[in-house]
Amino acid sequence: MSVAETKAEKLDGWNRPPAMEPEGEGELLEIAMGPHHPSTHGVFRMDVTLDGERVMRLKPVFGYLHRNHEKIAEGAAYLASMPYTDRLDYFCSLSNNWAYALAVEKLVGQQVPERAQYIRVILAELTRIQNHAASIGFLIQEMGASGTPLMYAFRQREKIVDLFESLTGSRMMCNYMRFGGCRVDVSAAWLESARTVVAGLPAFVDEFEALLTTNEILMARCQGVGVLKADLAVNASVTGPLLRASGVNYDIRKVDRYGIYDRFKFRVPLGDHGDVYDRYMVRVLEMRESIRILEQALPAIPAGPIMDPKAKLRGFRPKPGEAYGRIEAPKGELGFYLISDGSPNPYRYRVRPPSLINLTILEDMCLGQNVADVVLIFGSVDIVLGEVDR
Amino acid sequence: MAVDQDLKIELGQQGVFVTTLQELYNWGRRSSIWPMQFGLACCAIEMIATTMARYDLARFGAEVFRPSPRQADLMIVSGTVTKKMAPQVVRLYNQMAEPRYVIAMGACAISGGPFKQGYNVLKGIDRYIPVDVHIPGCPPRPEALMQAFITLQKKIDEQQLTGENRPRFLNENAQGEFPVPEPAEHDLEPPSNPGVWNAPVVIR
Amino acid sequence: MKSVEEIKTAIEAAVPGAGVEFVSNPSPSAQHSLRLAPDRAVEIARFLRDDPELALDFCSNVTGIDWLDKEFSEKVKVKRTVTKTIDGVEQPVEETVEETRKRVEPGYLEAVYHLYSVAKGHGPVVIRMRTGNRSDRVELPSLTPIWRGAEFQEREVFDLYGIVFKGHPDLRRLLMWDGFKDHPMRKDYVEPDDYEYEPTPHDAVLKRAQAHKAMAGK
Repeated sequence: MSVAETKAEKLDGWNRPPAMEPEGEGELLEIAMGPHHPSTHGVFRMDVTLDGERVMRLKPVFGYLHRNHEKIAEGAAYLASMPYTDRLDYFCSLSNNWAYALAVEKLVGQQVPERAQYIRVILAELTRIQNHAASIGFLIQEMGASGTPLMYAFRQREKIVDLFESLTGSRMMCNYMRFGGCRVDVSAAWLESARTVVAGLPAFVDEFEALLTTNEILMARCQGVGVLKADLAVNASVTGPLLRASGVNYDIRKVDRYGIYDRFKFRVPLGDHGDVYDRYMVRVLEMRESIRILEQALPAIPAGPIMDPKAKLRGFRPKPGEAYGRIEAPKGELGFYLISDGSPNPYRYRVRPPSLINLTILEDMCLGQNVADVVLIFGSVDIVLGEVDR
Repeated sequence: MAVDQDLKIELGQQGVFVTTLQELYNWGRRSSIWPMQFGLACCAIEMIATTMARYDLARFGAEVFRPSPRQADLMIVSGTVTKKMAPQVVRLYNQMAEPRYVIAMGACAISGGPFKQGYNVLKGIDRYIPVDVHIPGCPPRPEALMQAFITLQKKIDEQQLTGENRPRFLNENAQGEFPVPEPAEHDLEPPSNPGVWNAPVVIR
Repeated sequence: MKSVEEIKTAIEAAVPGAGVEFVSNPSPSAQHSLRLAPDRAVEIARFLRDDPELALDFCSNVTGIDWLDKEFSEKVKVKRTVTKTIDGVEQPVEETVEETRKRVEPGYLEAVYHLYSVAKGHGPVVIRMRTGNRSDRVELPSLTPIWRGAEFQEREVFDLYGIVFKGHPDLRRLLMWDGFKDHPMRKDYVEPDDYEYEPTPHDAVLKRAQAHKAMAGK
């Protein structure tokens, strides 16, 4: 038997999580964690079957925040869906804006001016930093460190959010990008304050790491917990830091080279073991790489227009056709699939949510683990319910 | 029996504090409103930001977020309530001990907000449970949530312990448990609780 | 990376009689796709995943689409034999007459898969499948056995569009509750009437609020 065949057979066997055998004679306990549970990041629910402390079965239940984003978008003009994309992954509204703008730009073939490209990169990387900081804060919170790491993360997040607010007018729901550019230009004063914030970021990450990375409790709780194998991760369409923590070198910023990411020098951090600790480390290192990108992008931003002069905002009717555009959002591959039938509204508007698809292997990661670790493994996936259920 | 305000101040300067049972009671309750740790959607992030170092909700005695509804006084409905989630929200509200209060935070919790046209979106949580304070915004800023707290504190301050206007939890005849809607084949059954909510008449 | 036409040739060489159809995409994105016949789809998908050159090991996105019945009215020129009186004699004469004909193209549901290769870094390859119609022939083969990543997405398509994926290990509703009967993302879905009032003068919802009032008045 050749190697390729065995690999194919192995992949075929992964269409469902393995069945677990109970140990001993005890009764199995079924509990519903969520939709109201302090550690489920909102209204997520898991139906867990336990044998003592061991997880035997875990079925996620979705839909408690299903807000019909896709249906509403099919009844609205293209631009009218931009504010709704803010509310998908409400930590990273600017990345969502970019993904949607990118898909529409592919659909109609628009070019984005140089200056707008730089603004997009700067905002997306700031978003990535604040998302990773907050997600690590929540992860440690679920380990029992009530408040403190999250306070550090939110203290830094507030500084970044202030930048967003002074540029776009809103702390969270920025609604900033447009098809073929951005909504308002950045001022010199804004760039100056952005430089100040970015200059403070390395110290923040250092402090964060000094508190956490070699912390004994964190290592004891995280290492070897929730291991995800690389080939299962790829087969289950896992993306983002979760995939890279399993050692798969797949960063859409490098693969697709969308925007102007090919101009910046940055590395893609990879994990070794694919456990919760590696996911934490990958996120910390990604923050450092994002800071590197920001340090390159902020001084290099050119003068010029921020909108494609041919871009049309009113009476926007793409020709019939379809396009799939995707970016490396902080949580993974965020894609938009649009089908136009020539009318002002998209005929089909589909969001490819990284948070939902990353949860496909949640059961595989949790089986055989203690129930206390389920919360941890779930936290390390880093989801936002607005994107899971849309 | 009300105490003369000037006399009260004068006595206070002498080190003698005079109060009424009602004032003491309301003061105690308004100074330690414990919210339920319960986030629904985007607004929950602003709710968390409000409790963090910069805005510091602890100044209002309300930083103790309780995961269990049994220990909570206040439910902050922070985000879109979907039809799938609405029965759970009502059930959680029923599980809270009196006195209990509800803040509808953000446009979605008030009316469905930007998602009002959605087939799975409840058009306002006040269809099923009584809401004390509404804060508009999408999402409301942390300052707005603090304003809601202050409004709620003022509301508690004015509550009478006896008489016709006494609050629900002191009135034996008042409704204690609110019916939980059932998810049916096409929609929630019933679509609203007529004891709590009636469609407002819009005059144009 | 191979072009879509070359992939089509490769599939036809590997899976004889595959019945793959090239679907052109006129938009500037030029993401052309391949339509697979549902009965051979699993075989083709396995080839796409395991072929060392294509190595499409990553199923990024699964989309359901609802295409309603399309009604065309077209003018057709028809030759007809008409009896006419010419020079006092009745004769059959051939004449060209224009007729308006209505043709209904039956609707169908469609599932679209966007595939990438993590190993090779290329993509997307778009494959799509159609159901027979929108009511009773809504079965498609599930590709979850090939790509685990399709598991939740196929459940979502089943929930919102009603495509039944045969061979899916756990096909239940994903977003709506279990007792729910409709498929809300279909274009002809009728939303529940819960528009008692609408404070903002927004055209579409205002109409629905008025419709609700008219219903309540009966």
